[in-house]
Amino acid sequence: MTVGLNAFILVAGLLFAIGMFGVILRKNTLVIYMSLELMLNGVILALVAFSRYNGTMDGNLFVFFIITVAAAEVALGLAIIVALFRLRQSVMVDQLTSLSR
Amino acid sequence: MTDILFYVFAAITLISGLLMVVSPNAVNGAICMIICFVTTAALFVLLEAYFLAVIQVLVYAGAVMVLFLFIIMLLDVNKDTSDLLKDKMTLGASITGFTLLVILTVSVFAGGQHLPETALLPVMENPSGEGVGIPFTTSAKSFGYSLFTKYMLPFQVTGFLLLAAMIGVIVVSKKHSENS
Repeated sequence: MTVGLNAFILVAGLLFAIGMFGVILRKNTLVIYMSLELMLNGVILALVAFSRYNGTMDGNLFVFFIITVAAAEVALGLAIIVALFRLRQSVMVDQLTSLSR
Repeated sequence: MTDILFYVFAAITLISGLLMVVSPNAVNGAICMIICFVTTAALFVLLEAYFLAVIQVLVYAGAVMVLFLFIIMLLDVNKDTSDLLKDKMTLGASITGFTLLVILTVSVFAGGQHLPETALLPVMENPSGEGVGIPFTTSAKSFGYSLFTKYMLPFQVTGFLLLAAMIGVIVVSKKHSENS
């Protein structure tokens, strides 16, 4: 494969940028959460690419741990969103402003 | 041949990620997210991280996105989907920030003065265990070897973290009985 490291890091950076775009743009908490997962996806793609081009296994091990922690984080975050919906009947961030009053 | 595969999978990843962000329907967004995760797993295969590709499909595209779809359909938040294009200030700010970040990334990694390219190193079939750094291998055996030697403490801490997350989910989603 003649595709270099820069191409993979470019894709990873663009994935991170798209995820940040979604976090800023959207109002739905669930879509914001999916955009956070997209940013995490860009980061783990960069880690795997660095690991492959550096010739060490440590980046892959980091990705293994990141995927584990992300699965736990998704379960906990979705439980918090469900609890929030039960309390406020909405998951839109522009209606969840009770802390600013 | 693999170059063409890289360009195809990278394009599908970026386009489906962007479709997830701009899709007004959250269920369509979740489906686009699954496509994005699967094509990222294909990029992992191109980087010869086969074990991580399998884990990515199983955990992310399988478990995590099924959980997301379950919650989206449970909460039924698609009734008020007209949250896009309403707030002109938010739209302008996010598009400006996105454009700046894309220009930064492209100019650093794909411009005329991008970082120096390194050649692909040869890949071993099995881990040797010699030296400080663990060499890159394609076998899942090296994951087990690393997890039980160099990364023993993070492995234990991750197990404890999973237990803490499980208890936390139970506590958060439990209904308070004193109210009823």
